[in-house]
Amino acid sequence: MDGIFSLAMENLLSPLILFFILGVAAAFARSDLTFPEAAAKAMSIYLLFAIGFKGGVSVADHGLDARLVLSLIAGMILSAFIPFIAFFLLRIMSRLSTMDAAAVAAHYGSISIVTFVASTSALTGSGIISEGYMVAVAAVMEAPAILSALWLVSRKSDQQAPDAGLWREILLNGSIVLLVGSFLIGGITGQDGMAKIESFVVTPFQGVLCLFLLDMGLVAGRGLRNSASSLTPGLLAFGVLMPLIGSVFGLGAGLALGLSSGGVALLMTLSASASYIAVPAAMRVALPEANPSIYLTMSLGVTFPFNLTLGIPIYIAVARTFTGG
Amino acid sequence: MQTHQAKRVEIIIEAPMERRLRKALESADVTGFTVLPVLGGSGRSGSWSRDGQITSAGGMVQLVCIIRPEKLDALLDAAFRVVERHIGVVNVVDCEVLRAERF
Repeated sequence: MDGIFSLAMENLLSPLILFFILGVAAAFARSDLTFPEAAAKAMSIYLLFAIGFKGGVSVADHGLDARLVLSLIAGMILSAFIPFIAFFLLRIMSRLSTMDAAAVAAHYGSISIVTFVASTSALTGSGIISEGYMVAVAAVMEAPAILSALWLVSRKSDQQAPDAGLWREILLNGSIVLLVGSFLIGGITGQDGMAKIESFVVTPFQGVLCLFLLDMGLVAGRGLRNSASSLTPGLLAFGVLMPLIGSVFGLGAGLALGLSSGGVALLMTLSASASYIAVPAAMRVALPEANPSIYLTMSLGVTFPFNLTLGIPIYIAVARTFTGG
Repeated sequence: MQTHQAKRVEIIIEAPMERRLRKALESADVTGFTVLPVLGGSGRSGSWSRDGQITSAGGMVQLVCIIRPEKLDALLDAAFRVVERHIGVVNVVDCEVLRAERF
């Protein structure tokens, strides 16, 4: 318990979290602080590029093994399975319609790459090593949850099957292409490639992440301020409970795979996080009747801050306890 | 100066639907249009803004199209099939253009 508390305090007082809190506070104070859309997108491109490349270099250093393939399969299964738990809980804890519950469930089955990056950063800060290929696991966990959510809706309505264009958009989503592409390039070029771009990929990373989290705080805070009326106590409770439940499945899968304590913590983080990049766009196309202010606010305004401040230290501490790492 | 009657169609639609709307218009033989970014706004689903967004999911775009009056029904039929279930606004106004052969 002391371990969780000290990790949480260390995490809460890190520049990353303090900048996120600054963003939320500025949004609630109605400050005019904003990031232009292009700047926010440029930062997200940089972060995806850097985290993917570093993951690939790590795999090049340590080599490929069967655990990588098994981890990818486990990630896909977790992503497809967690929406069913989320949907079931939402139907108990809230009065959301089938459509809204399925859309929210899809977000919780998929992943938040920024939460993953923050968790990686926390692990690095604590000197805990993780498997570099967890980046690839993150990429494969983006899409299966969408399929599960669409199936949940199709059972109860005459919802049309998504067109081929939607699948192309989901699977070739810009963030997935960049993450996987950078991962592959990092794996191919290894330490030689890293030596050439290290000053760009490693040194500015924490600073850019701070700015990005400041922007995320602003967006989350404004989302909460504008859509607070759509959040019932049941939904708020779900937004905190669901990541903890998801992380338990991630813990089980990580231990079964024999991952390191860092790898288990990252799989817990991925299972606990909720998407706000790939899934919202897919839901706007496939389930337009679902209310975006509910799922965006849940994902970005409730679960993302929870994971960032308390969730990540909990997942790291639990992973260390169970792996002895 | 000689002017010609035309119709100006303005469609505000969710950004993720833009590609589908473009394809629908092209299938209705409407090949000239302009897509504009929209800064923000408010509607039945709450308010929204482009600021700070890293995904197009919460954003909107406006598609503006000027066509001959006889093409209007085909355009609206095609556009409606795309926008029917989605957040957005479709409006049509009369306008005049200088070079009719371009529309």
